[in-house]
Amino acid sequence: MSNITPGLETLDYTFAGRRPAGVFAPVLVGVVGSGNLEVLLEPVPGADCAVRIETSARGFGQVWEAVVRDFHQRHPLGGLRVSINDMGATPAVVSLRLDQAISEVRELQP
Amino acid sequence: MDRMNWNTKALNRADRLARARHEIGGRLAGKVVATEAIVTLLEATLEPGDRVCLEGNNQKQADFLAQALNQVDPQRVHRLHMVQSVLALPEHLDIFENGVASRLDFSFSGPQGARLAKLVSANRIEIGAIHTYLELFARYFVDLTPKVALVAAHAADAEGNLYTGPNTEDTPAIVEATAFSGGIVIAQVNELVDGRATSLPRIDIPAGWVDFVVKAPRPNFVEPLFTRDPAQISEIQVLMAMMAIKGIYAEYGVQRLNHGIGFDTAAIELLLPTYGESLGLKGKICRHWALNPHPALIPAIEAGWVESIHSFGSELGMEDYIRARSDVFFTGADGSLRSNRAFCQAAGHYACDLFIGSTLQIDLDGNSSTATLGRITGFGGAPNMGADARGRRHASEAWLKAGRQAREGRGGAAGTPRGQKLVVQMVETFREHMQPAFVERLDAWTLQEQAGMALPPIMIYGEDVTHILTEEGIANLLLCRDDTEREQAIRGVAGYTAVGLARDRRIVENLRDRGVIRRPEDLGIDPREATRNLLAARSMRDLVRASHGLYAPPKRFRHW
Repeated sequence: MSNITPGLETLDYTFAGRRPAGVFAPVLVGVVGSGNLEVLLEPVPGADCAVRIETSARGFGQVWEAVVRDFHQRHPLGGLRVSINDMGATPAVVSLRLDQAISEVRELQP
Repeated sequence: MDRMNWNTKALNRADRLARARHEIGGRLAGKVVATEAIVTLLEATLEPGDRVCLEGNNQKQADFLAQALNQVDPQRVHRLHMVQSVLALPEHLDIFENGVASRLDFSFSGPQGARLAKLVSANRIEIGAIHTYLELFARYFVDLTPKVALVAAHAADAEGNLYTGPNTEDTPAIVEATAFSGGIVIAQVNELVDGRATSLPRIDIPAGWVDFVVKAPRPNFVEPLFTRDPAQISEIQVLMAMMAIKGIYAEYGVQRLNHGIGFDTAAIELLLPTYGESLGLKGKICRHWALNPHPALIPAIEAGWVESIHSFGSELGMEDYIRARSDVFFTGADGSLRSNRAFCQAAGHYACDLFIGSTLQIDLDGNSSTATLGRITGFGGAPNMGADARGRRHASEAWLKAGRQAREGRGGAAGTPRGQKLVVQMVETFREHMQPAFVERLDAWTLQEQAGMALPPIMIYGEDVTHILTEEGIANLLLCRDDTEREQAIRGVAGYTAVGLARDRRIVENLRDRGVIRRPEDLGIDPREATRNLLAARSMRDLVRASHGLYAPPKRFRHW
């Protein structure tokens, strides 16, 4: 992509949770590789869902916002931190990893 | 009209042959020309302004003759009008830079596309038109008949019979047009057989249609264009393949089809014996194919899914596998594949119910194109495969159902019952490097302005596209009743692209309620189940294993 510049871009989004995520051991899915990403989910105090994205593809804030907003609509959890380490994954792959991570949380929960 | 001579072509042909015999002299034995005399032969037989077909196929290349044509004296041979399907080699454009040729009619230029655009803007090449393969072959028999054909065959005997073997491709169409219109046919071959100790496996082109044969110093170049390493197929491609199988193939009962060349369709081929089997679809879909011998289809063939495959060309490494599966592939009595691009294009157009392939850009009317700025490439066979066959009259379940959906509620001529071909464009909403596949305006329009073309180079017209499949869902354009619905159906599967984000959510939800748009969950598909474990082969090595060791991939695909 023409507008990739060296260095990562950091994006932060916060949503009000409607359901507590509860207590669970942190979940990590995906790998940091070209066109892929790593998603880490951790329980945190409070009622918000905080998303932090570090991405190698700069200038796509609008797309990220739409992707994580839709994610939060599908899973309106609070007390959750989502950390994304991205290496140019497409939105399709991002959404898939987020959903995979959420299913693992559910499997881990008692 | 006071015409004295109605046989000028025959006289001219005799002149050329006499000139060739005279100039080559002792270096000609029957029809066999000594390798080092090739430039002399071309100078003797070609005349300025000749229409020439230098066989450049999608895969097989008459590369030795292409090099020789670059060595002729431009004082003697110039202003040639090249009429060939594919410009694949640098030599195909060198002849224009060298002043030997000036005009071009073709179908596809692939890797030479950027250089071709430069030569056109520098007025070094005048393009007649860009065709589909079948369209160019058709014009060989109307107003683009070659005067001289320079073709490639695997072997020839002393009489000039040719064995073109698995990669027969365009040769029969080219030779037929040339030999029966007073033209001259020159063939380069990898081998000469004497007809006694060694003989041709079979005759693909009879000697009576061939004037000269020359043994090339190296075997002709063949490109393995259709080999896709399963290791590179992504989970998203698996998801889209599941949607294609369940949401389109099963839905319409597609028995006869053609697949494009990319990883998206390779994923479908590799899911038939796994996911397709689990849906109980074996025998109900995908029985007959117009398709090159894709290695990715091996697991489905081995699992008994495939009854027949007719091919445009062959694929390197598949020779022994094809020979061992002659029930499935079209093979000669000798056991080797017989491909034929003209017949297979006709088969794909008239006898297939579905075409599915990828593209680079789709606009809000559903027009689709792979044309990009600064390149003139053409589309090869895709516009022919990806078009409704308006002349078709035989019915099939899939064709009738698509036709009913398109015509429901319409009256008059538009409502007259008929079928329609399923034409599916399958794209991830963003390609690599976050290039959006959905755009407000195709680059094709800018390219038209830049290159002064009569029309924008659109690969598949929106009117012919019946379904657009992305990771977000399937848009069934047959069910759209006006341009607004069509636009919103396209936006509704365009994901997070600017086109997708600008959707009218209310209309899109309404289209989803009506089944115009179907999401993975509407089809009973959980995206989290779309893993690479569903692929019947996950590596080149798996494909070799599935073929019982009969498939021998080219070296560049061997990673073990």
